Amino acid sequence: MTETAIVNGLTIIFISLGVIFSLVTALGLIRLPDVYTRSHASSKSATLGVLGILAGTFIYFWLAEGHMNSRLILAIIFLFVTSPLSGHLIGRSAYISGVQPTDLTEHDALKQVIAEKKRKQ
Amino acid sequence: MRSNDVIIQTATKAVTFIILLFAIYIFFAGHYTPGGGFVGGLLTAGAIVLLMLAYDIETVNRILPVDYVKMVGVGLLLAIGTAAASIVFNVPFFTHAHDYVQLPLLGETSLHSATLFDLGVYLVVVGVTMIIIRTIGEDA
Repeated sequence: MTETAIVNGLTIIFISLGVIFSLVTALGLIRLPDVYTRSHASSKSATLGVLGILAGTFIYFWLAEGHMNSRLILAIIFLFVTSPLSGHLIGRSAYISGVQPTDLTEHDALKQVIAEKKRKQ
Repeated sequence: MRSNDVIIQTATKAVTFIILLFAIYIFFAGHYTPGGGFVGGLLTAGAIVLLMLAYDIETVNRILPVDYVKMVGVGLLLAIGTAAASIVFNVPFFTHAHDYVQLPLLGETSLHSATLFDLGVYLVVVGVTMIIIRTIGEDA
């Protein structure tokens, strides 16, 4: 009886954490001012949210159903590698194609580098 | 503007192997669980397209020197050959056979001739997808 309680508790904790982080992602996408801060919100907390849900699913099927699903581990590794990568690529292509950061920006170190590279060509 | 692609190229080197491994798994799992030749072929084509995104089309052609038109032909021949082989054994067209075979490393394995048909589907799907994408992507 206590075993199922532990398994259910772990599952509930992991999946709730995942759902909360996904909700935080959605709030960040609505509330934050420009594409770079939104990319910061979505690529980090959405990764953690999906990873939490996958980990909860894996724990449930492993401990409650006795079915060790290696595809979920593979998906966790895959998302952990690719999700921040896509955030990086979206942010960089937005900057190079000229999307301006918000007016609250104090210092933009990348501006000079990009301008110098464009002048050299 | 020439850009620095080191992050996507390094990640692609690792991620492509995960996708290809999963494609092979999906291909062989198709008999008992969801999967099969079509999904496996599409996943393989997706891995090759990821390589083309990270590098360029000439580099991918150099590391994978495959003639995709011939690949489609081989896949269709494999499918029709598997289907036609049943005629030799005096059973209707497309009748498949299966048996339990003792293999040296894997032990008792059930081998089914539908896998060969699935391999044909796999080759056709990879070939057709890559032909479409390369024809659109190449500078004509």
